[in-house]
Amino acid sequence: MILVLTALAGGLGGALRFLVDTGVQRGNRTSVPLGTIIVNATACLVLGFVTAYASAHFGSGDVRSILGVGLLGGYSTFSTASVEALGLLRKGRWLAAIVHAGGMLVVCIGASVLGLVAGAVIP
Amino acid sequence: MRFVGLALLVAAGATVGTLLRASIELAFPHTPGEWPWATFAINVVGSFALGALIEALALRGPDTGRRRTLRLGVGTGVVGGFTTYSTFVVEIDQLAGAGQAAVAVAYGLVSIVLGVVAAAIGAGAVASAFGRREADGQGAA
Repeated sequence: MILVLTALAGGLGGALRFLVDTGVQRGNRTSVPLGTIIVNATACLVLGFVTAYASAHFGSGDVRSILGVGLLGGYSTFSTASVEALGLLRKGRWLAAIVHAGGMLVVCIGASVLGLVAGAVIP
Repeated sequence: MRFVGLALLVAAGATVGTLLRASIELAFPHTPGEWPWATFAINVVGSFALGALIEALALRGPDTGRRRTLRLGVGTGVVGGFTTYSTFVVEIDQLAGAGQAAVAVAYGLVSIVLGVVAAAIGAGAVASAFGRREADGQGAA
C-alpha cells in the first residue's frame, strides 16, 4: 500500500516538475537551461526539511517514503540534468556545462543543508 | 494535446518511474555510511536511457505530435521520475554526516560525470544505429 502511494506521489511530483520547468524556461532569457536547477534545488530544500522534521517529530518511515521517495523523488530528476549538460558539451560550451552540472550540485547541497537545519530547529 | 493532458501524461509516466525506483531502493537498501549503489545505478542507467531517447526522437524530426508525446510521457515522465536528484543529494549529506567526507565527494562527482558519459553513450549508440540504417538505404521512417 505504501509503495502504491509512493508511486502515485511520484506521479504528482513528475507533473509538478513539468509545470515548474515549463514556467521557468518560458521566463528564462539565458541560453543555459535553468528549469531543472530550480526544480532540483527546491526538491532538495524540501527533502532536507522533511528528513529533519520527520526524524525529530514522528520518526521516519511512511511519511519519509511517500514524500521523500515519492513526491520529491519524482519531482527532482537526475537524467535531465545529465542530458542538459551533454547538450552544452556538444555545442562546445565546456565551461557552461561544468558550471551547470557543478553549480547544480553545490546549490542543491546548500539547499538540502538549509532544509535540514530548518527542519531541526522548527518546533 | 492540451497542456493539462500533457501534465497528466507526465504524471502517468512518473508514477511508473517512481514505482520502479522505489522497488529497487527497497530491494537494495544501504546504511548512511555506505556507497548508495541503488540510487547510483538508477541515475546512471536513467541518464543513458534519456540520452538515447532524446537522440532517437531528435533524429526522427522536430519535437511535435507523437515525438513530443513520447518525449514527455517516456522521457520527462518515466525516466525523469525514475531518476532522482533529491535522494542523491541527501545521500551525500548522510555520507558526510557519517564521517565519510571523501566518499561523499566521490559519490557526488562520480555520479554526475558518469551520468553525462552514460547519456553520451546512449545518444552515440542511437546515432550510430541510425547512421547505419540510413547507409543501408532503409530511410528514417
